[in-house]
Amino acid sequence: MSDAPQSTPASPRPAPAEGFPAAGNISDADREELRRHGILLTSLEELYNWGRSNSIWPLQFGLACCAIEMIAAATARFDIARFGAEIFRPSPRQADLMIVSGTVTKKMAPLVVRLWNQMPEPKYCIAMGACAISGGPFKQGYNVLKGIDRLIPVDIYIPGCPPRPEALLNGLIQLQKQIKGEKLTGPDAARHTRADLPSEYPIPAYGAHDLEPAKNPAVWTPPAPPSA
Amino acid sequence: MSCSDFNDLDAELTAFGHPGGSSVRAVHDQFHGDLLEVSMGPQHPSTHGVFRMVATLDGEQIVKLKPVFGYLHRNHEKIAENTTYLGSMPYTDRLDYLCSMSTNWAYALAVEKLSGQAVPDRAQYLRIIMAELTRLVNHACLVGFLFNDLGTSFTPLLYAFREREKIIDLFEALSGSRMMCNYQRFGGCRVDPTPEWLAAARTLVENFPRFLDEYERMLTGNEIMLARTQGIGRLDPAHAVNAGLTGPVLRASGVDYDLRKVDGYGFYPRFDFRVPLGAQGDTYDRYMLRILEMRESVKILVQAFRDLPGGPIMDPKAKLRSFRPKAGEAYGRLEGPKGELGFYLISDGTPNPYRYRVRPPSLINLTLLEEMCLGHTIADAVVILGSIDIVLGEVDR
Ligand code: SF4
Repeated sequence: MSDAPQSTPASPRPAPAEGFPAAGNISDADREELRRHGILLTSLEELYNWGRSNSIWPLQFGLACCAIEMIAAATARFDIARFGAEIFRPSPRQADLMIVSGTVTKKMAPLVVRLWNQMPEPKYCIAMGACAISGGPFKQGYNVLKGIDRLIPVDIYIPGCPPRPEALLNGLIQLQKQIKGEKLTGPDAARHTRADLPSEYPIPAYGAHDLEPAKNPAVWTPPAPPSA
Repeated sequence: MSCSDFNDLDAELTAFGHPGGSSVRAVHDQFHGDLLEVSMGPQHPSTHGVFRMVATLDGEQIVKLKPVFGYLHRNHEKIAENTTYLGSMPYTDRLDYLCSMSTNWAYALAVEKLSGQAVPDRAQYLRIIMAELTRLVNHACLVGFLFNDLGTSFTPLLYAFREREKIIDLFEALSGSRMMCNYQRFGGCRVDPTPEWLAAARTLVENFPRFLDEYERMLTGNEIMLARTQGIGRLDPAHAVNAGLTGPVLRASGVDYDLRKVDGYGFYPRFDFRVPLGAQGDTYDRYMLRILEMRESVKILVQAFRDLPGGPIMDPKAKLRSFRPKAGEAYGRLEGPKGELGFYLISDGTPNPYRYRVRPPSLINLTLLEEMCLGHTIADAVVILGSIDIVLGEVDR
């Protein structure tokens, strides 16, 4: 390969033989058939996503009551290790997944965003529990952020107060599905492959009345008022 | 570094063609005795939630420590003042989220004092059963977390959570939720346990000492544990009393003060149990005290299952909807797993409390953190904090 002259244009791929399915169009049944004969058909994208989805390192970081259920999910009975996500890292620099497990107050929100910014791409966020999704039971509180998705992009929402450990595992499986479906190229490529999308977000500061900025328009727009 | 060391070093450096002399001394003077400020938290894994300590260090020793909290201030009290009395009950679950049953009870006690409601006998026993089961959950998990802080990396916690799951399953079967039980009501309890539930709970309690023995065989007397906890974080009793500390942290310093004996709330005077006390007030005593308290709780539970009477679980006159206590004020308190947990309520005759105030044991126990940590290393501060047993939902409210 390497001693081929650089100037030679790549020869066009031969057209598939009559009756032979084009690459990418092979049905699962055909693939399964091939696999039984010892031939593994895959694409780089699939292999890459498969590897990533089965080795997610969450950030070890608990906010409130939901964190106890997150710890419970890591212990023997629920055993998050079955899904390859048992290595909770205390440092954001080593983590792939932020599980926002609990109430985010306005004092804590800047720190959550900073931790998010410190995580390397590709990174994902799970909002665990009613509080992280919307403020939950404390929504009316003057010091409670009404959903972490106002500041950072959230991939999976797990409702509950607190969600059971099984629900967290289910959320993790959903995230794995999402990762497995990610594209590496093309217009709908995953966030971490696109240079034009930010991987860091503005860190809000504690202002006179509220956080400033109180929301990040790049990830969140207020829902339209219900039409009369 | 002594002076002669300097001279040797100077001589050596000069031999290598280094100017030596004052520059070496300047470097030494610059760094020796320099204080370093370290901020731990609020996302540090050993600060048990979103708690932050700003420690000033001389080398590794702590010379000053400032606790910073408020990262989980969820406006519990303000929300409760805008909610009906019953509407606050689920919020009390979320105060101390490891011990929702006893927090519920403390709130129910305060409201019952305010409205003068009576509680049927069966409900009194059920309350004690739930509170003591909660104490088992709390202390077992606390010891697990404490050993995490000591560097065992998870093993004791796995054992503790195994037991916790068994108790939590019982709570779930009874109340419908694993952690947020919302079980107590003003004038009684919400659900009557079935005979099967009681049998299962009884078996669990009878087997619990086996777990404690296993736990102790693994942990108590462990050489590293002894070296890291004995004589560390001493708290002297007079200081503890002055600061208003309560619960196991106070009793580990040798002060005999347990509200179950002092106030005799509920039916506790009918039970035969001892209050374990510490002698040194160090981290080791605080650990041992939790283990001994669990053994006493098992004793209480066995008696409660033996004597549990039949009958209603709610005061028939109790009114939950449109509940309006007459104007007045009341303070209800009990011995929670972490210390004196109290609710202070002022009623103005409307459906909402006029003032609602929580006395959180974790916050008040935390006030002496600096005293306990001074002179110890930063690694010990983590362990001392672990032995105080805080839960941030309650500290910040
Ligand atoms: S969702 Fe419920 S359990 Fe989770 S942090 Fe909020 S109040 Fe606590």
